[in-house]
Amino acid sequence: MFGKLNWGAIPFDQPIPMAASLFIVVGVLGVLALVSWKGWWPYLWREWLTSVDHKRIGVMYVLLALVLLVRGFIDAIMMRSQLAIAAGGAQGYLPPEHYDQIFSAHGTIMIFFMAMPFMIGLMNFVVPLQLGVRDVAFPVLNAISFWLTASGALLVNISLVVGEFARTGWLAYPPLSELQFSPGVGVDYYLWALQISGIGTLLAGINMVTTILKLRAPGMTYMRMPVFCWTALCSSMLIVAAFPILTATFGMLLLDRYVGMHFFTNDGGGNCMLYVNLIWAWGHPEVYILVLPAFGIFSEVIATFSGKQLFGYRSMVVATLAICVLSFMVWLHHFFTMGAGADVNAVFGIMSMIIAIPTGVKLFNWLFTLYRGRIRFEVPVLWAIGFMVTFAIGGMTGVLMAVPPADFVLHNSLFLVAHFHNVIIGAVLFGAMAGYNYWFPKAFGFTLDKRLGTVSFWCWLIGFYLAFMPLYILGLLGMTRRMQHYADTSWQPYLIVAEVGAVVILGGIVATIAQLVVSIRTRASRRDLDGDPSGGRTLEWSTPSPPPAYNFAVLPEVESLDAFWAMKQRGPVVTPERYDAIEVPKNSANGFVTAFFAVITGFAMIWHIWWLASLGVDSAVLTLLAFGWMERTAGEVSGEQLAEAERARLRPMESA
Amino acid sequence: MSAPAVTAGFGGASSATVATTAPSGRGPAPVRIVVAYGFWIFLLSDIIMFSALFATYAVLSGQTDGGPSGRDLFELHRVGVQTLCLLFSSYTCGLGILALERRHLRAFYVSCALTFALGAAFLGLEISEFAGMVARGAGPSRSAFLSSFFSLVGLHGAHVTAGLLWLCFMLAQTAVKGPRDFVRRRLLCFSLFWHALDIIWVALMSLVYLMGAR
Repeated sequence: MFGKLNWGAIPFDQPIPMAASLFIVVGVLGVLALVSWKGWWPYLWREWLTSVDHKRIGVMYVLLALVLLVRGFIDAIMMRSQLAIAAGGAQGYLPPEHYDQIFSAHGTIMIFFMAMPFMIGLMNFVVPLQLGVRDVAFPVLNAISFWLTASGALLVNISLVVGEFARTGWLAYPPLSELQFSPGVGVDYYLWALQISGIGTLLAGINMVTTILKLRAPGMTYMRMPVFCWTALCSSMLIVAAFPILTATFGMLLLDRYVGMHFFTNDGGGNCMLYVNLIWAWGHPEVYILVLPAFGIFSEVIATFSGKQLFGYRSMVVATLAICVLSFMVWLHHFFTMGAGADVNAVFGIMSMIIAIPTGVKLFNWLFTLYRGRIRFEVPVLWAIGFMVTFAIGGMTGVLMAVPPADFVLHNSLFLVAHFHNVIIGAVLFGAMAGYNYWFPKAFGFTLDKRLGTVSFWCWLIGFYLAFMPLYILGLLGMTRRMQHYADTSWQPYLIVAEVGAVVILGGIVATIAQLVVSIRTRASRRDLDGDPSGGRTLEWSTPSPPPAYNFAVLPEVESLDAFWAMKQRGPVVTPERYDAIEVPKNSANGFVTAFFAVITGFAMIWHIWWLASLGVDSAVLTLLAFGWMERTAGEVSGEQLAEAERARLRPMESA
Repeated sequence: MSAPAVTAGFGGASSATVATTAPSGRGPAPVRIVVAYGFWIFLLSDIIMFSALFATYAVLSGQTDGGPSGRDLFELHRVGVQTLCLLFSSYTCGLGILALERRHLRAFYVSCALTFALGAAFLGLEISEFAGMVARGAGPSRSAFLSSFFSLVGLHGAHVTAGLLWLCFMLAQTAVKGPRDFVRRRLLCFSLFWHALDIIWVALMSLVYLMGAR
């Protein structure tokens, strides 16, 4: 009746997972109770859960990312604490089977459920505004994408309470991840969570590519698009080209595990290195999916707060496209040790080093933009400058590891761990935080507290160096990754420094939360009345903060790069005498309901509850068919309503 | 200046108020273009998923683990008939869409019925092929070669199955709602999908069956 599921799945006998489970269950029930008690359900359902507004969906993506940042960070600080004490004969406080789950969950959550939703959320919110249009190409599909991502995140967190998570690392290499060596449900949780969220990501990518290529304001030619739109386009094209590979690869591993096929098994002619090749054919583009939007954010931030047009716009676009193409030609550098031979390794090594060229072009463009600019050291700029220094170091260690002989020494060592944290934290997370601070006033209509934002930045920056520079040294000393304890006590001082670094980063996270709380409480005094709090250059700043559901009462006419800056130079806006009515898409429960059944299906498949799985799939298909049967009618905002809203918006600006 | 452009809803907004301006620098594209374009991007991603399975098949096709190989299993006569069924179904599908554009509803229904029959015949042949192989002890868990064969060909078959269900669903929509704009857009997407399955089948037939049967 319930497949493999029984009471033994709940970790009553293990204190740490049990405490974490209780914390999560109490937390979730507490939030649900609060929402019910306050009577917020109708509001939540109407304004958020069924919303197809790209701005609302973007905000929900970022919220999901911030929550899972905390979850992933708890995993991180648990690992650092374990390694700070588990030296010599000591075993620390985490048994190996638990430690293995933690590092697997940390990587999975931070990449798939923190970095990805953060970047897709910012793209979702910003891109249609920057393009000067009213929504993405497929608003309901957008909601489905988000809710499928949230479903995956939910499944990963259910694994904490019911059952276990994978112990196989964040990419679940076979043969370890095959049924023979991982008979539990951990790998299944991993696979189903990522299959479901992966489909959501793919659909989001398709939506974004179509939006950017087919929906732009009049006059918004390609070479007038803001750089963030270019990076969003390249990132989304990479999603479309890479995520199907991930889906296929995980599909094959699922077939191995569920119906006894032999893709990656040791017996039957399977080939585990095939999995490693396929997963990195997705995985290397994935790191550029994450980092390209961050590059775009830095470009916007640096240009805005330097009061200058971005230096070398064309070269920036070309560099972005070059990275986009090159990212598909380097996957083998993740496993030079496979033994593909000197020729193959040399080709991939050289290709990997070549990526440093367009990246270097970008770095110099940002530096030249800052040069002789009128720089305002607002919080987003701090993140951008911290990024440039940190990322340069991470890039150099990356080029170092692109040399195959060096890689044979450093492969799977903590040097590698330090390198990819150096680039992912230094570029992706710093970029996400810069974007969060930069666009928050646009999303909510009030600015974030600068002091706490600055504290958060310095904690993250200093904490990062303390936490990861020792790891470079440890890697050179020979410490490999994914060790639950170690015999060599001379490593311990470095790991204690790394632990201190993690605590400092904790300070950064606390400061970010405090910044949000303080800013909300003092929002009355920090209202953004004219919609342009930072002297913006691109079209999102021409809308009120927060923008209305339809974004623009009249689609802007774009005549140059930095369209809004040019409009401001031309003088005050002339309001038209009359407004044409606008269609706005109506809410749809499609995404939420489909995702609900996706969670049920995933959970049932993980626990081999076949009747429930088939019920879940059938319900999800019926939901899609039901919504597919209906003609989507749109709501309308009349010309009079638009005129009224525009008058209300322009009044404070005129009196100012 | 204020062309009443709307974005294309998933499943489409009504096209009565859609901007008629072309894409490029002249404002948002019309809904029909946006929907078809987005669907093409989806099809590209689908083709990439297939390409991952093709690559897998290329790596594993020799790994028979002492079991039967393609030469022992593939029947080119059957594959030839399958190919004819699928290619002709694409032809009838195209005729159906043309008939719909001219509002010749009866011709449309006849073409779609033929499309369905040919697609179902293709699928029946594939199922009987699979069943025969399993009965001979050459099921998907026999060897890596057969795992990759069944997955690659089976994924295409699953797409054909989904396409047949979609076709029935769209015929019902056309019958109930008439050939309205949003129905025609969805049928356009269906026909793109159906033609893409042909492209994949041609690759499948050449790389799996013709090269494997030698």
